[in-house]
Amino acid sequence: MSIQVRNLRKTFGDFVALDDVSLEVPGGELVALLGPSGSGKTTLLRIIAGLEAADQGTIHFHGEDATTQPVRERQVGFVFQHYALFRHMSVFENIAFGLRVRPRPVRPSEAEIRDTVMGLLKLVQLDVLANRRPSELSGGQRQRVALARALAVKPKVLLLDEPFGALDAKVRKELRRWLRRLHEEVHVTSVFVTHDQEEALEVSDRVVIMNEGRVEQSGTPEEVYEGPATPFVCGFLGDVNLFHGRISHGRVHIGDNELDAPEWSDAPDQAGVAYVRTYDVEVTPSPTGGASLEAVVRHSRAFGPVVRLELELVQDGATVEAHVPRGRADSLRIAKGQRVFLSPTNLRVYPRGASPS
Amino acid sequence: MATLAFSRPATTAPRAIERATGESEVIRWTLTATALAFLALTLVLPLVLVFHGALAKGFAAYLAAIREPDALSAARLTLLIASIAVPVNLVFGVAAAWCISKFEFRGKYLLITLIDLPFAVSPVISGMIFVLLFGMHGWFGSWLFDHDIKIIFAVPGIVLATTFVTAPFIARELIPLMQEQGTEEEQAAIVLGAGGWQTFWRITLPNIKWGLLYGLILCNARAMGEFGAVSVVSGHIRGETNTLPLHVEILYNEYAFAASFAVASILTLLALVTLALKTLVEWRQRRSAAERADTDDSLERIAA
Repeated sequence: MSIQVRNLRKTFGDFVALDDVSLEVPGGELVALLGPSGSGKTTLLRIIAGLEAADQGTIHFHGEDATTQPVRERQVGFVFQHYALFRHMSVFENIAFGLRVRPRPVRPSEAEIRDTVMGLLKLVQLDVLANRRPSELSGGQRQRVALARALAVKPKVLLLDEPFGALDAKVRKELRRWLRRLHEEVHVTSVFVTHDQEEALEVSDRVVIMNEGRVEQSGTPEEVYEGPATPFVCGFLGDVNLFHGRISHGRVHIGDNELDAPEWSDAPDQAGVAYVRTYDVEVTPSPTGGASLEAVVRHSRAFGPVVRLELELVQDGATVEAHVPRGRADSLRIAKGQRVFLSPTNLRVYPRGASPS
Repeated sequence: MATLAFSRPATTAPRAIERATGESEVIRWTLTATALAFLALTLVLPLVLVFHGALAKGFAAYLAAIREPDALSAARLTLLIASIAVPVNLVFGVAAAWCISKFEFRGKYLLITLIDLPFAVSPVISGMIFVLLFGMHGWFGSWLFDHDIKIIFAVPGIVLATTFVTAPFIARELIPLMQEQGTEEEQAAIVLGAGGWQTFWRITLPNIKWGLLYGLILCNARAMGEFGAVSVVSGHIRGETNTLPLHVEILYNEYAFAASFAVASILTLLALVTLALKTLVEWRQRRSAAERADTDDSLERIAA
């Protein structure tokens, strides 16, 4: 079941939560709505669910207009960030709820309800906890119950609002992988909201990046990571450094250094910003042939495969972060206060006007 | 792991903290003794005196005072009033709390203030309001007289006054509880296909049942014990518009002290039962609140 969102607009008083948002979610895909808080992603999700009404625009499910359809008729599954489990009901009754409230003619029999619920409990690997109260479960278990409850009504689309936001880092990671596997199993069109870029890139088939009520870019995780369309996307995905300089005729000037920026070869002289990923900053003990910026090591943190360096540029005192492979850092014998030279590679250059800052 | 981490400080820390932050022996004993003396003088002694006074002329006189027709009629009227006022306020209180805690609308704060009004004004004035409205010389007085409807100095007036005075109890109890619970569970129910009534009966009501019961108990206690407002509108007609509290006053004014205390002892017993029920409900409520707190910040017991 595909979802088509067309020209949605939603305001809360003077605040524009969604500004002409259009979006296409192909059937069976797992799509992430990614953005900082206040970017409108949760509002968009709630409008798709019908929990919120848009001021303008339409929602179609599989080509059918659902814009004015009441929530309870939309047949969506919704998973809340804080689970919203019915606290006075057992895990079993929580999952059975959606089936029990159906009108009598379409309500499944007690035996069918039991089968469905037990099947779902197996799917979320909680069948031994059927009689527990939500308060007796861990956060990760509660979120899985919430997911099973949403799936019980055989929803056309599954919507998840920051599903792992309230969990600690380790459980998050496990549930993420588990959601991916679950989606491959049940294959229901799913949209989930997150502000965690790693989560979005790791789990989803497609990422929609939102900022200030607009869609900045959408595409597969590889597409948006490798080819960020706007400075915002570039800055939001992964750890990046920002260099201020000038763009002119295919070159970008940062301090006394010049770097190639072939995509701006026709551009006139103007202020610009260059984004460089932390692992694209090369650190050398002496100036190299190309551009290199002199810097002083302020901090170094070595854990995992990379050494994280915090450096201060000599030219303007700006802070630059560089992730250097451990072997390389060892051979450089990096220490606090040491002078090094940085040569940024894989620059993404944007004129100043287009920058969000 | 979580239990281990918490159980150690729980056994050793409190005593250490007490020693570090506590007062000297003398001050502790003086404060405790003052508090106990105050309680004994203002709460326990009157309670004992009521029963002492009630039984002053022996158990037979006590029974006779209670069984006297006017006393029985007062008891019946009191029960009747409570059985009307409490359900009315149950419906009103739940509806008001539901609407205030689950929806945003203009005039919400005005409504909250209005609900508190009966608490803010003296009960005597509450009674006077109804006399001004429905009394012989009141706004609707002549119309009511023409249609032969009696409100003031009759049962309807007492019901109105009691309902007015006891209106805030249930709503006041429920509003903070329902606000704290939020609307997510209701939203979840609606997304799952539940209708408005189904959501109310299956989700909202079970979540507020202890708070509701607590409010009901307080409301009932006040409805049976209300004196001021009822005194103004009742007219004190023996065997007709006398409630138990009014009957106690009449007996007392007639120097029938033993009888007066005997009837008062019924109300006192009622208060004691109410207190016991209230304590029980509070205990249950705390337990479900603790469960809820546990839901909110329990640690990951079993890795997912």
